[in-house]
Amino acid sequence: MTQLIWNGLFVGSFYALIALGYSMVYGIIKLLNFAHGDIYMLGAFIGFATLSSFGVIPASMSITALLIVLLLTMIITGGIGVGIERLAYRPLRNSPRLAVLITAVGASFTLEYGVSAIAGPNPKVFPVRLQGETFDVLGARISAPQIVLMVIAVLLMLGLNSYIQRTSMGRAMRAIALDPKGSLLMGINVNKVITWTFFIGSALAGAAGVMAGAYYGKIDFLMGFIIGLKAFTAAVIGGIGNIKGAMLGGLLLGLLEAFGSQWLGGEWRDVFTFAVLIAFLTLKPTGLLGERVTERV
Amino acid sequence: MSENVDSSTAPRRIGKPASRLSALFESKQLGWGAFAIALIFPFILASNYAMNIATTAVIFVLLASGLNIVVGYCGLLDLGYIAFMAVGAYTAGIVSKAWELPVLFTVPAVLVMTVLAGLIIGAPTLRLRSDYLAIVTLGFGEIIRLTANNLTITGGPSGIYGIPGIHLFGLDLSNPVPFYYFCVVFVSLLVLGSARLGKSRLGRAWRFVREDEDAAEAMGIHTYKVKLAAYIFGAIWGGLGGMLFAAHLSAISPQSFVFLQSALVLMAVVLGGMGNTRGVVVGAVVISLLPEFLRDMGNLRYVIFGVVLILVMVLRPQGFWPARAFEPEKGDDGSDSGEDGTKRSRRDRRKLVPVNPATGEKA
Repeated sequence: MTQLIWNGLFVGSFYALIALGYSMVYGIIKLLNFAHGDIYMLGAFIGFATLSSFGVIPASMSITALLIVLLLTMIITGGIGVGIERLAYRPLRNSPRLAVLITAVGASFTLEYGVSAIAGPNPKVFPVRLQGETFDVLGARISAPQIVLMVIAVLLMLGLNSYIQRTSMGRAMRAIALDPKGSLLMGINVNKVITWTFFIGSALAGAAGVMAGAYYGKIDFLMGFIIGLKAFTAAVIGGIGNIKGAMLGGLLLGLLEAFGSQWLGGEWRDVFTFAVLIAFLTLKPTGLLGERVTERV
Repeated sequence: MSENVDSSTAPRRIGKPASRLSALFESKQLGWGAFAIALIFPFILASNYAMNIATTAVIFVLLASGLNIVVGYCGLLDLGYIAFMAVGAYTAGIVSKAWELPVLFTVPAVLVMTVLAGLIIGAPTLRLRSDYLAIVTLGFGEIIRLTANNLTITGGPSGIYGIPGIHLFGLDLSNPVPFYYFCVVFVSLLVLGSARLGKSRLGRAWRFVREDEDAAEAMGIHTYKVKLAAYIFGAIWGGLGGMLFAAHLSAISPQSFVFLQSALVLMAVVLGGMGNTRGVVVGAVVISLLPEFLRDMGNLRYVIFGVVLILVMVLRPQGFWPARAFEPEKGDDGSDSGEDGTKRSRRDRRKLVPVNPATGEKA
């Protein structure tokens, strides 16, 4: 039982990190960024490439190396996210929704098969594998790397939360989410804020990618597809557009999945997740923390 | 209406098309021409390989014309379209194997199952914003594939094999060339059906919903019902495509129904021209034949697909052969019969009849 809860929270913190990017972008420009899951995959591959270029890393240094790579990857994936926004989404800012969604699918496709063309279609084994002793806490087996990754994830989320609540850029983001035209009239540089949003969201997804690669040890070019869907589910559960909702939704989805696969068997895990998504959209489309939004014409 | 809509930007084609080329593109005989080409093809190339590819292309045309109903006419993005094909293929396979029925006799079962699947996914999500539908359909595609992978009735990862071919009036049509002809006729009828649907009353309602859902609702269209209808028609077309697919390959497995396939069908619709059946047919033929010619490029060809998808949306969102807007009668009621609500090609704009925005009268 405690083991299930811990596993759920651990996986859920990955979901939460990716869901944050989904939710931020959606909150600000009402765009479902399909390429977001692939940014996660890209993060794993960039982490793989940089770690491999370091050569052999002694086991004692693996955490330090991982942190450096994490930072580096976050910057690169952030930049790529900004690039995608600039090239694919910005020209279509005023187009119908359908056009932007199709572009997002195109961006996702380009990233997936671009990586497979460069890195090869076969799965790669991550050069650093986090290993450590395990502790018994209340009957659950918890390993040291799990704790490290969880702490990094929580720190990133807390950092993002205070960034959005305390800084002027964060205030600008909240303002644009409320009323883009009004913010423009108030002198907010909307394009700059959107660029930053994409940077932060993609950086978080990249971080999650490196962490997942280091923890699970195996990466492949389609790994972002399912996780992107799950992150979206997490964002919907929490109420899309809501930052705290995304974190809550991620953790909750992790728990639901842990219990669901316990009951139904591991091969039904993903089916269960999507069933949860459909159930949520039917019963409570605004999510747990989302507000009811009436569309203005 | 005429006061609210900027009718000076609405395309109106009254009278004859201006150039000979566009007259050719809009000629009514074009469909017969394509049908004739499809019929003549086996006389030119009848190797098993060519027939195999041609039949696949014809089935792909059926899928694209079905997705065109959902995406092109109604403007709903369905990213899990292949799931309906999977439902149709598995239903046909299971039913025909279990009761030893010819595949064509499974059509009622296929229809029931695909309509059910369309209702299960469409009913909850079509009430929401259209982009939710996109991601839910993406999830639905995965659910179907994983379920087929996990259940024993669907044969698990190895799928179902030994599905019988098509028999009709005592004739065995399971050889490559007869089966190809059967597919051509079957698909032509359905493509014609989808084109007619687009011109029907329901089709006009779809277009209205695509252009402006709120206005459509205000004008008395029950947008939810109309959208659900589009979704279910799309599901039926996809399911029948799946049935043909099962009969064609005689073996189906979950690997045939991955997201990549959904994306390729979408690609055919978007490139061909959303809402224009002719464009979609050409797009489907091109997209299904292209991988045969680009085999050496491996996965790089999908990178190109992705880039092309972005470029088309940015530079020419109406596709290469866009739907033209026609007015049913030469009235000047100022109704906005706009095409896909995106940018219009320059050629189109040149041919506009100038209209007085205030009264809707031709100047």
